[in-house]
Amino acid sequence: MADVAIERSATAPRTVRKRASLRTALKRKSTAAFLMTLPLILLIALLVIYPAFYSLHLATLNKSMQRFIGLGNFQFLFKRETFWLVVEQSCIFAITAVVFKALIGFIVAHVVHNIPAKGQRKWRGMLLVPWVIPPAMSTLAWLWLFDPSYSAFNYLLAGVGVDRIPWTGETGWARFSVILVNIWFGAPFFMIMYLAALKSVPDQLYEAAAIDGANWWQRIWYVTLPMMRNIIAITTLFSLIVTFANFDIVRILTAGGPLDRTHMFATWAFRIGIEGGDIPLGASVSLFMVPILAIAAVFILRDINKRGNEA
Amino acid sequence: MTSTVVIDKAAPSRPVQLRSMSRDRAWALKWSYFFLTLFAIFSLVPPLYMVITSLKTSAEISAATNPWWVYHPTLSNYVELLTSNQFLTFFRNSALVSIFVVTITMLISVPAAFALARMRFWGSATLATGVFLTYLIPETLLFLPLFKMFAAFGELTGIQLINKWYVLLIIYPTLTVPFCTWIMIGYFASIPKELDEAAIIDGASWFQTLTRIFIPVAMPGLIAATIFAFTVSWAQFLYPLVFTTSTDQLVLPVGIVTTLIKGDVFAWGQIMTGALLGAAPPLIIYAFLMDYYIAGLTAGATKG
Repeated sequence: MADVAIERSATAPRTVRKRASLRTALKRKSTAAFLMTLPLILLIALLVIYPAFYSLHLATLNKSMQRFIGLGNFQFLFKRETFWLVVEQSCIFAITAVVFKALIGFIVAHVVHNIPAKGQRKWRGMLLVPWVIPPAMSTLAWLWLFDPSYSAFNYLLAGVGVDRIPWTGETGWARFSVILVNIWFGAPFFMIMYLAALKSVPDQLYEAAAIDGANWWQRIWYVTLPMMRNIIAITTLFSLIVTFANFDIVRILTAGGPLDRTHMFATWAFRIGIEGGDIPLGASVSLFMVPILAIAAVFILRDINKRGNEA
Repeated sequence: MTSTVVIDKAAPSRPVQLRSMSRDRAWALKWSYFFLTLFAIFSLVPPLYMVITSLKTSAEISAATNPWWVYHPTLSNYVELLTSNQFLTFFRNSALVSIFVVTITMLISVPAAFALARMRFWGSATLATGVFLTYLIPETLLFLPLFKMFAAFGELTGIQLINKWYVLLIIYPTLTVPFCTWIMIGYFASIPKELDEAAIIDGASWFQTLTRIFIPVAMPGLIAATIFAFTVSWAQFLYPLVFTTSTDQLVLPVGIVTTLIKGDVFAWGQIMTGALLGAAPPLIIYAFLMDYYIAGLTAGATKG
């Protein structure tokens, strides 16, 4: 008892001092941490958050940006047929492209995973090339492949007796071309993500499934897919955002033509805001991307947090 | 008697089953290679066609010969572009922008990631989530307000930033910093706490812990982030298209698209050569540092 009391009295001032020094250290630490994150906070606040809210303000102004017209820009957009075309096309392009990217990525990842390990690096290296080339540059190559009079694809098709195809000249084919280039560019990303996920599935699970007599389809359905569920979800949502907000491919391949039949939100906002000089109207067009992006972002965050808790 | 019969039955059946299994394997492997070849062709057709076209003269391109074959290979397109001042200006602008942006990105994101991963402070968790969210905001949402902001800034202060290549140094970090910070947080968080505790006990300051321990240990992550920042700033197309218009201020992708495509007369040999030279730096980096490249690609979603 006495020992304890003595000890306590002896340690009491020390803890106080310790606490005080701890507090100053904490203070120092938090100021240091704040200073280290300050450039990041400033960058995000000034060049991301401020412009995001500024575009909300811009959307309520008239073309010369001098008069407040409330929701006038939106009313104007809702009455225009092109706007609804753009909404429809953006959704069609994004969803179709992402579905095919995911499918192709899944198949290719499996095929790469299937071959002997020492050849995998070489194939993976080749298959990832579309993702490495800047999209503006590779879309130029596609534009040349689709050229109305010198199309190299049409040359091949003529060899098997098919008529020349107006790749970027006709609504249906132009949409097909845009989606095809999107798939070509995006599928390797899925392939890499799935391959990483496939490698992390423990072999024992497949052995157990094989002992239970599962065929390849059951192995994919009951082992691979549940194990990869999270990665598939995150990759798909990422890609949905990127494809939905894509600018480079449509801009270079068709520039929105023929007759606005391949415009997406980004390219149409550029056409109106920069080329047409109506910044407020362009800003209101691009604001329509927000709801879909927000939904995707919420799901990604949920998945990533879940992943963090599991790990 | 019965037992010998059983053995007789079993003896031939076992090797047969083995053989059929290995035949299945071989069959599956053959199909795998078939599909791989198919997909590899699909992936490599555009870049290969770039190479094919870049080796042709305009006369051969417009002749009605097989477009997939070069009959008279020539390097004249390369010589012409690499001696043209305009093209070299594009290349220089691109290189300057990318190198500066990579430096700025690293200077901002490494200390920030260190602070967010190790020094818990008020709001640090929210800030980390916020950083990830900003990575999800596409540039197509912000280009119009940013353009207007810089125009207004120019009117207000007299410092004209629009149509100068260095305006991109201010804008590109919004694309690179959030992702680089995010993956650096992941790499820093995976470093064992004992390591920096030992350093602090030995009397190291926070800054020394960062430079002497965290940066060397997380070097692979740092390289992956650097590659990411370089690739993004080299490939960016929308911002330079919006912010720069004079030919001496353009970066490579925009320069090729806007100056080489002249109305209806498409100088395709030169365009493809330019596109190939524009794609070369990321491709070369990728060829040598593929593993870091892939690590950076997968880190965004697998670390969290």
